Amino acid sequence: MTKVKYHTRKPSTVVVATTAASLLLAACSAGSGPGTGSDGGEGSATSDEQLVVGLVAEPANLDFTTTDGAAIPQALLYNVYENLVEVDQGGEIVPALAESWEVSEDRTTYTFQLVEGATFSNGEEFTAEDAKFSIEQVQQDWTISLKAAMDVVESVQAVSPTELEVTLKQPSNDWLYRMTTRIGAMFDEQGVQDLANDPVGTGPYDVSERVRGDSLTLSRNDDYWGEAPYFESVTLKYFKDPTALNNALLSDTIDVIGTVQSPESLDQFESNDEYQVIEGTTNGEVVLSMNNESGPMANEQVRQAVRQAIDHQALVDTCWAGRGELIGSMVPPTDPWYEDLTDTYPYDPDAARDLLEQSGEASETIRLRLPSLPYATSCGTVVKSQLEEVGFTVELDQLEFPAAWLSTVFTNADYDMSIVAHVEPRDMGAVFGDPDYYTKYGTQEFQDLLAQADQGSVEEQVELTQDAAQLLSEDAAADWLFLLPNLIVAEADITGLPENAISESFDVTELGRES
Amino acid sequence: MALRVLKRLGILLGSLLVSSVIVFAFMAVLPGDPARVALGVNASESAVAQVREQFGLDRPLVVQYADWVQGMATFDLGTSYVSRAPIGPQVADRFLVTLWLVATAMVVAVVIAIPVGTLMAVRHRTVSGVVLSAISQVGVAVPAFLAGILLITVFAVKLGWLPANGWTPPAEDPVMFLEQLVLPAISLGLVQGAVLTRYVRSAVLDVLREDYLRTARAKGLRPGQALRRHGLRNAAVPVVTVLGLQLATLLIGAVVVERVFVIPGLGSLLLDSVSNRDLIVVQDVVMILVVAVLLVNFLVDLLYVVIDPRLRAGDA
Repeated sequence: MTKVKYHTRKPSTVVVATTAASLLLAACSAGSGPGTGSDGGEGSATSDEQLVVGLVAEPANLDFTTTDGAAIPQALLYNVYENLVEVDQGGEIVPALAESWEVSEDRTTYTFQLVEGATFSNGEEFTAEDAKFSIEQVQQDWTISLKAAMDVVESVQAVSPTELEVTLKQPSNDWLYRMTTRIGAMFDEQGVQDLANDPVGTGPYDVSERVRGDSLTLSRNDDYWGEAPYFESVTLKYFKDPTALNNALLSDTIDVIGTVQSPESLDQFESNDEYQVIEGTTNGEVVLSMNNESGPMANEQVRQAVRQAIDHQALVDTCWAGRGELIGSMVPPTDPWYEDLTDTYPYDPDAARDLLEQSGEASETIRLRLPSLPYATSCGTVVKSQLEEVGFTVELDQLEFPAAWLSTVFTNADYDMSIVAHVEPRDMGAVFGDPDYYTKYGTQEFQDLLAQADQGSVEEQVELTQDAAQLLSEDAAADWLFLLPNLIVAEADITGLPENAISESFDVTELGRES
Repeated sequence: MALRVLKRLGILLGSLLVSSVIVFAFMAVLPGDPARVALGVNASESAVAQVREQFGLDRPLVVQYADWVQGMATFDLGTSYVSRAPIGPQVADRFLVTLWLVATAMVVAVVIAIPVGTLMAVRHRTVSGVVLSAISQVGVAVPAFLAGILLITVFAVKLGWLPANGWTPPAEDPVMFLEQLVLPAISLGLVQGAVLTRYVRSAVLDVLREDYLRTARAKGLRPGQALRRHGLRNAAVPVVTVLGLQLATLLIGAVVVERVFVIPGLGSLLLDSVSNRDLIVVQDVVMILVVAVLLVNFLVDLLYVVIDPRLRAGDA
């Protein structure tokens, strides 16, 4: 009997907060803001304070069941919507709306024990029926392609209001992990009429105000079943321009820059005691993608030559101010199967020159078609000059992102190379596992490895996924320029900021202010 | 008079029709499938097709055009396929924001231009007149966004007197509203003020050379009195024309300034919608800007008549 049982409560961060300063703030805002019952006076870890976080990508609407992109889950997941299970800072899967779960011996049946007393922001109680509805809704009504991760579910049964049984068609290690992402968000059947404008979840925050083109305000949900978050409200304010974002922090309009888009500007904050700078990793692999199917990049030697021609450290230093780790494959360091593969094709311009000559494609012009995004355009010129040094001819053109890039590169695969950050967690299979995807890779061997990894034991999963990452790297299916860093700048007394951006959420529930 | 108004009205309607066709045609040739962009990278083909059908993007262009014009004419702007929200209220909110910005900038421009321009004209042969003239030349050359960035750096980041960016509706917090309005209004108005100053100067100079002003002086009025009583009204005709043209420039300039100051106005709505390929919104916003500019020109034409009684009798 190898029943695996997990039983830990949601990790609680106790932020001892109330000092004269925050009391003063509470007193000042008492007249204008709606005061809550749990004011700062009794030593509880909440305050009436408002936090303003500056971010870059504004959600076009609030419905991630039909609208793709990272912006919506970044704002809503874990904050407004909760999942049965969530992923913590260490990359571990931890309980959330499910307080524990068991996996059957054949690893196809998951039995979740759900928390009691959780309610949605519309007042409805959260039960196993809601969980069943949410999972089935992904299969039936969602339209984004990420929903495919739910295909493996055979049936869902609400055994009792607090017990949920999910049966899979075959064992899948990936499924439980995907339940920590947006597709695992829990909805109420009565709360899905207007997801684009009025999200209803069980989370510690509720969307209270939305100013299109400007901000999204989350207010504390007073009926929250778990531990109340510190801030009374959190406003996510969106800035198109990285300089405007920096200026907003410098002039006290915002308290936190959630994602720094101009790493070269960090110096001004690092040298100032009023601010803290956090630097960690993300799931955003900046991929120099290649068309594995047609054109010069279909030739493996050409792809290998590209990988050996690029001096990655010099590249990061030039185009992203030296921030960001080097990775040699499609795995960030926070995944359990991470291995340092940066030496698969070490920088060697002479070897690159030879490979290019042997390939017989040296006379071809390579079309490097970049999306109009800061990292892509600044790194694109460096890639071009490094490649031309070993004899490539590179034609660089810039396509407006998202529209023009999507139709030309992504949909029609009318490109030889491009640069784009793939930011979804554990997306090696999504980006390289499908021969129809724009990378046009997806060899049978690679697909088999991933499938076996998904169905195998936990140890087998690690081992086989490592094999897949190695294969990808050796085949030079693409080149990995670097991993986008998680760069946060905040006022020095803000606590609970995540070092690494591991989940799809910008989790504001853990944030607090030091006394 | 009536004929003049009718003629102008005819021109207005004709221009509206032509510009609507041009705006629509431009949207139609933009690269990128709007439905695909609305749904994002990972959307399935069938979902994209569904959205295309739901919002009528699969219909012939002529039908889409007719539908759009009808909607605009009846103030029914439809629903955006990106935000899934009605466009009308959204555009109205943003338009109000831009209107505040443009109106304040206009006031800044006029408040600078009329006294300075007049002074420059009166003193055009003196050192102070030449110096002012040189300064206004520099003002003309500085683009509004650069003025904005400089103002932010000095007054918000270095001195910390005013917020660097943002927008608060006046009803919510009037003080904050004013604080946040100052820098964008100045950066937009300063440049326009410099341009306008040049026109005021030459208009006043022209007037100063007129016979009736000499007559007024001969009657015993001092130069300032003569200018105030007889000159400025005459100088106003060309200045009003330029003001009308500048209002159009201001609306366009606001697009950029809104970006620099992170103001959720019509300009930022336009830029966001272009990159999201929210074509209905783009069309609507561009068309609204066109209507606004044409209307202003129409009103300026009518305003001549008010300023200049000579035009009332005659039939321009």
